[in-house]
Order: sequence, then structure tokens, then C-alpha cells
Amino acid sequence: MDSGQQFLQQLINALSLGTIYSLFALGYALVFSVLGVLNLAHSAIFTAGAVIGLLLMRYVNASAPVAFLGAMIGAGLLGIILEWIAFRPLRKRGAPRISQLISSIGAAILIVNGFQLLFQSLFGRTEEYFPRGIVAEQPILIGSLSIQPIRLIILVVSLALMLLLQFLVRRTKVGMAMRSVAFNQRTSSLLGVNVNWVFMLTFFLAGALGGAGGLLYGLSFSRVTPFMGQDIALIGLTAIVLGGMGSIQGAVLGGFLVAIFQTFSIALGGSSYRDAFVFIILFLILLVRPQGLLGQPEQNRA
Amino acid sequence: MALLEVRDLHAAYGAITALRGVSFHVEPGQVVTLIGANGAGKSTTLNTLSGLMKPTRGSIIFEGRHIEGWRADRVAALGLVQVPEGRQIIAPMTVYENLLMGAYLRRDSAAVRTDLDRIFERFPRLYDRRDQKAGTLSGGEQQMLAVGRALMMRPRLLMLDEPSLGLAPLMVNEVFRIIADIKAQGIPIVLVEQNARKALQVADHAYVLERGAITVHGPAGELRNDASIISAYLGH
Repeated sequence: MDSGQQFLQQLINALSLGTIYSLFALGYALVFSVLGVLNLAHSAIFTAGAVIGLLLMRYVNASAPVAFLGAMIGAGLLGIILEWIAFRPLRKRGAPRISQLISSIGAAILIVNGFQLLFQSLFGRTEEYFPRGIVAEQPILIGSLSIQPIRLIILVVSLALMLLLQFLVRRTKVGMAMRSVAFNQRTSSLLGVNVNWVFMLTFFLAGALGGAGGLLYGLSFSRVTPFMGQDIALIGLTAIVLGGMGSIQGAVLGGFLVAIFQTFSIALGGSSYRDAFVFIILFLILLVRPQGLLGQPEQNRA
Repeated sequence: MALLEVRDLHAAYGAITALRGVSFHVEPGQVVTLIGANGAGKSTTLNTLSGLMKPTRGSIIFEGRHIEGWRADRVAALGLVQVPEGRQIIAPMTVYENLLMGAYLRRDSAAVRTDLDRIFERFPRLYDRRDQKAGTLSGGEQQMLAVGRALMMRPRLLMLDEPSLGLAPLMVNEVFRIIADIKAQGIPIVLVEQNARKALQVADHAYVLERGAITVHGPAGELRNDASIISAYLGH
């Protein structure tokens, strides 16, 4: 392989990883833009997507598409439960946003510990592999490029989900209600919008996207652990800070950029520095452009 | 039976009492105005009617239904519609989307179309700017948008909170022309205004609020000529 092809191969890897980061970061961005809070339990929902998918494949012999749908719905519902337990009670009391943030950290720890117990009792260890042959493994050869089918699947499925979300938010009535609530809850309620319902929907969508990301991430390494969300929590935060907090396009862009930086930093300097690299990016953005690449002044979120 | 009947309404912000027994009623087709000084409780009254605030005591009966303490979106669904103070348009959304938000609860898409056309006809400036972000409109245009959006809700009673606040004098006249238009369509209005002179011109009945309670009320034409009202609210 010459260096041009190597570059292309790396780029495909980066894009495939980037779509997962973007999916995950979209969940942060959705909740942040509509409710103005950071849901730090989002990484646990990411894990939940992979766990639910794994369990469906393992115990009810679900095909990959069915397991994928199940993982999205399950993770979405977990998002709603999180809103009920970790956010709504505090919001009702008018607690400051920092309490909601801390409450979400607590929820994340609880969920991860739950998965740990589950894994121990089901598998006797804290990692488990997907059944073999659940997705095609024969590499696709294009010229001298060799692409893992899962990478292509990830790319296509994630892009489709992002387009769907974009359509939902920009072109549908519920999307309008979400944008309206993101801007002003009181005015939206005067227009007949049930604000709590919109919050629930937002958490569901964020959870479903995060869960989809989690399952795809697990599939790409064919492995699930209760701790896999930890890898991505910081990456997702970096992605939304890089793209602009609460901006949907920003989250997508940020996810891709972080993946590209990471992949090429591995190609250049070895994998031991890749997380350091993510930290450096985060630090530099906060220093140079705290509103993010596509960030706008407070008033124009969502 | 009155369209809206408010009886002995009390409301408070924490320990601070804002309304101490407000009672008034609106008959079908009427324009009723609430006038009074800053902080008298005019906006609080509207916000309590809209469900943005919970009353501590008293009742609100709209079209025969007790709605005190209802959630704001359920009140809006009944057709008791408020245009809040300061317009409160959704700045990052387009003019067109803002109007569509007014039809959020409606399922009759054909009628929504005709209503949209009618509003664009009545407010040609909104039509010209339909694809602009609402935040780029001037204050007067934003007020038109807020009223247009409320009309998209097909209100059974429209509550306007300080619609002329902060507008240039020419625009103030335009706003009161619009209010007269809406009245002519038969839509009843509760109008909260600092500009008491103009409010009393357009209203049928007026209530004066002072420190959270009604002190004087009567036909608007009588209050316009009442010496104490003139000295307190209309200047000389």
C-alpha cells in the first residue's frame, strides 16, 4: 500500500468512528439545547444501548437490525426514566443546573454498577463478546483498500439517523415545538405546547441516538463492557464544545473532527497519546473559541 | 352567562402577595381593559388566568369550566390565549414558523392555510419577511407577529399584555387599530395597558387595579370622564 491509500484507509476508519462520536454527541447537544443542562449519564445510556443489543442477540436470537431497533428504543426509554428520576424532581424545585449535573453523574454511576452486577451474574466477568457472524466479517476490497463491512454499516446507519434527526427537528411539528421550548418555555406553553412532554421526547431521542452509538461502537470492537461509556464521555464533551454547545450541526462536526484528530494522531504517534490529544483539543478550544466552531450567542441555541 | 368570570382571585410570589381578591367578568364580544399603575397586578392577573402562575385562592370560570390552577398549555387549548408582555416571539425561528407555532394544537390543516393567508393579507409586512428570523423584525413588526400568532390559535378570548409598550407613537396607533379590528371580528379581548387613554377608547368596560385589588370599575365611556380616573391615570 502506498501512502495515499494508507491515508484513505485511515480516513475511512476515522469517518466511521466519527459518525459514532457524532451520534453520541448529538444526545448531549439535544438535551443541552432544549433543557439547558448537561446530562452526564448520557455515557451510561451509550453503554445501555450496547448491553441491550447484546442481550437481545444472546438471549432471544435477535437479528442485528432487530437488536439495533431494540437497543435504540430501550436506551430511549432509559433516557425518559432518567429525566423522571434525575432531572424533573430537581427542576420542579427550581434547583440550580449544577445540581442536575451532579444528579446525572450519580445516575451514571448507578447504571454502570447495575450493568457490572448484571455482567457478573450472567457471564461471570465484566466483558462479553457479540455472537460470531452477527454482521458480515469478510472485508470488502475496493482496489487495494480493504474495508470491514461493519465500518460501512456504521457509516451508513449513523448518517441515516442524523439526517432523520435533522428532518425531525427542522421540518416537523414536534421539531418546531422542541426548538420553541429550547428558546422559551413560558411562551411555548402559552402556545399550547406541553413542555414536560417535549422534555420527555428530547430525552427519548437523545437516549435512542446514544444507544445506537453504543451498540455500533460495541459491534465495531465486537465487545461490550459496563465501562465502555467512560471512553466516550470525554470525547463526546469535546465534540460538543468543539462544535458549539447545543448546536446540532456542531455536534456532528465536532464528532467527526475529534475522530479525525484521534485517528491521525494514532497513525502519527501511536495510540498511547490519543486521549491526551483529545484533552489538548478541549483545552485549546476553551482557550481560543469558547463558543465552539458553530456556536452562537446564548439566544440562538437549537 | 359570562364568557369569563374571575372571582376573588389571590396570587403571590413567594411571601409577597400580588393579587388580593380580583373579581371581574367578560361578556361575549366585549373588550375589557385592566388599567393601573406599574406593579398593580395587571400582568399577574393575566399570568394567573393563563396558568403560568397558580392562584392561592379564588376561581376562574371560562365558558362554564373551572380552570384555576390548570397548566398553561391546557388553558391555551381551551382558546384562552395570551399575547405576553414584550411580544415573546421565538427569535431564532422564521416569521412563518412562528405563525405555524400558533397553529400547534390545530389539526385542521386546510383551515390553518386560509388563516395564514388572511393574516398575511392583514399584515403584508409579515408576508414580505416570512422567511426571515423573527428576531430581526422591528418592535412593531414583532408585535404584529405576536398578535398574528395568537390569532392562528383561533382564540375564544384574547388577552393582550401591554401591546403598545415600547413602540413608536405611530406604531401605537397601529396596534390600537388592530385591536379594534379584532373586536370587530367578534373576538372578545382582555386588554392590559399603561396607555389608559387609548385603552379606554377601545374598551367597553374597564377595571382599575390598585395594589392587587379592583378599586373602580364601570363602562369605559364613564371612566373616561371620571374626575379621579382622569387625574390618576389620564393626566390632565
